Amino acid sequence: MAEDGLNSFMTGPDEQGRFGMFGGRFVSETLMPLILDLEARYEFAKTDPTFWAEMDDLWKHYVGRPSPLYHASRMTEHFGGAKVYMKRDELNHTGAHKINNVLGQIILARRMGKTRIIAETGAGQHGVATATVCAKFGLQCIVYMGAHDVERQAPNVFRMKLLGAEVIPVTSGRGTLKDAMNDALRDWVTNVRDTFYCIGTVAGPHPYPAMVRDFQSIIGKEVRWQLEEQEGKGRLPDTIIAAIGGGSNAMGLFYPFLDDPSVNIIGVEAGGKGVDDRMQHCASLTGGRPGVLHGNRTYLLQDPDGQILEGFSISAGLDYPGIGPEHSWLHDVGRAQYVSITDAEALEAFQLCCKLEGIIPALEPSHALAHVMKIAPTLPKEHIIVMNMCGRGDKDIFTVAKHLGFDMKI
Amino acid sequence: MTRIDDTFARLKRDGKKAFVSYIMAGDPNIATALAVMKGLPAAGVDIIELGLPFTDPMADGPTIQLAGQRALEGGMTVDATLQMVRDFRAGDKTTPIVLMGYYNPIYSRGVDLFLSQAKDAGIDGLIVVDLPPEEDSELCIPAQAAGLNFIRLATPTTDAKRLPKVLENTSGFVYYVSVTGITGAAAAQATDVGPEVARIKRSTDLPVIVGFGINTPEASRAIASVADGCVVGSAIVKEIGLGKSAEQVLAFVASLAAGAHSA
Ligand SMILES: Cc1ncc(COP(=O)(O)O)c(C=O)c1O
Repeated sequence: MAEDGLNSFMTGPDEQGRFGMFGGRFVSETLMPLILDLEARYEFAKTDPTFWAEMDDLWKHYVGRPSPLYHASRMTEHFGGAKVYMKRDELNHTGAHKINNVLGQIILARRMGKTRIIAETGAGQHGVATATVCAKFGLQCIVYMGAHDVERQAPNVFRMKLLGAEVIPVTSGRGTLKDAMNDALRDWVTNVRDTFYCIGTVAGPHPYPAMVRDFQSIIGKEVRWQLEEQEGKGRLPDTIIAAIGGGSNAMGLFYPFLDDPSVNIIGVEAGGKGVDDRMQHCASLTGGRPGVLHGNRTYLLQDPDGQILEGFSISAGLDYPGIGPEHSWLHDVGRAQYVSITDAEALEAFQLCCKLEGIIPALEPSHALAHVMKIAPTLPKEHIIVMNMCGRGDKDIFTVAKHLGFDMKI
Repeated sequence: MTRIDDTFARLKRDGKKAFVSYIMAGDPNIATALAVMKGLPAAGVDIIELGLPFTDPMADGPTIQLAGQRALEGGMTVDATLQMVRDFRAGDKTTPIVLMGYYNPIYSRGVDLFLSQAKDAGIDGLIVVDLPPEEDSELCIPAQAAGLNFIRLATPTTDAKRLPKVLENTSGFVYYVSVTGITGAAAAQATDVGPEVARIKRSTDLPVIVGFGINTPEASRAIASVADGCVVGSAIVKEIGLGKSAEQVLAFVASLAAGAHSA
């Protein structure tokens, strides 16, 4: 139960799409009728058993859910403290949690009669997931990707093309994820009749933050019963930890536990080269302040004049100057704690996970794992930590090789 | 009565359509932008829209995006934009100035402080693209209370059900965006725009000005003839981006204004 007069942390957003002061609908008039329509259609779908039946069927047979909850015994032993579990969302089809949300949005798009799907992508994981589901349903798919990311994530660009998507390199601004999101919004404003914008994280105008959270919440819901299965009835995790780019995998793990006060919730932001005034990081909560971008109010990296700054991280998937509004609210009310992990710490956790568990993690969850490395040794053996292994590292081996000075020669 | 209201009253007396032009503050540098701005009234501009640069102009096409980037790279700030307005006002007390931009730089400064500074500098109205009526309490209501007009965009997606909400707290004029899309996109035909303007005018006494995609004196005339006036932005900003002198830019503006005024 919440302490500040509310009786639940799970009732947001309100009718204005706000989580406290965060969230909202900061979009141009052209888009406003579209997001109101989307909200109405989502509200209907949410309580429609046939919608969820379709989701459950595809989650099971196409994505491979439930994903395992795995006791990482060698890591646990290595740390010599808390018992560490990994929620294995990296085993999903397409290799990350992104597809949980994409399925939901595409099924909704089909019900709304939309035939053209657009998406933004940073690392390419959301783009690949969107291209995948569009291929499955025979929908036209256009993915906006910063020109800089197109270069550093070439394998995912090719994957999207194989899947039949059109990848549009974005050169506006500085050619990164936030610019890709700007261009996706520009596309949407232009193609209002037939186009559905499939946003990849818990950001954007209402209802996206709530809708994407609801689709990703399958992660936390599974953790609840899976942990009971392994640890006994009623046993909740003591600490849950996830990495945060926009915050969708984290919201998916956190949300079902918000009203369990014994569960300690920790979000891990990308600290890049360190969270200081060089601003070479992506830690919006630790190093930013509230502002308005991409349809919502949230913590943002910005200069004193309200101009948005570029993030910096070894992980393209965390390279976003904002964070979902619900995280900003959870941060301000104190229900969740937010920390940051540097590139170097994430790289160390990445390697440890490969060696001790035989799992090559993506660089994003490596940040979460690096925080587990910090706290697990200080906690008692009965303490259960669940971290979200939200993606696999295949996409990152080139980046990691470069940092480790290994010449791939291909 | 603001300068905007006065201007429309004058145009009505004279039986003329309004010509509104957009330039980006600080593009390509403060001196050139100010020289262009000072010359706009003599070139026939009735209302000046001044762009407040922002890193993430999600409703703008490449031309205005690049203008904002040039301005920011040249060190343009909110303070420098307000100073530009003051410098203009020193020589022109009557031409209305509408500041057009995005919410974050304003929010970052603090709404109350920004509004008092804007009013003092001589700004008459605001167009803030990412503040729909659903967010009126953020800036629209405080701006009206501070004596500034808050000009709202109506678009082809603003249907009959929504229109009253869009008009509710709008003042000064209504800006009808004639196409779904970003600034600088293809223009709508006057034959399509006319009925839309008529639709809006049935619900409001405010003047309706039409913009997006107008780039020739002919288009300026055609669109102004079916509305209370027209706005040209990208076409002018494009000339500035090509490195044209203030005189050359103003000559082009004069031809567009003549188009609208002949409607
Ligand atoms: C594996 C993985 N984890 C995390 C993220 C970050 O997104 P979010 O914070 O929305 O989960 C990404 C984004 O590309 C990703 O690919």
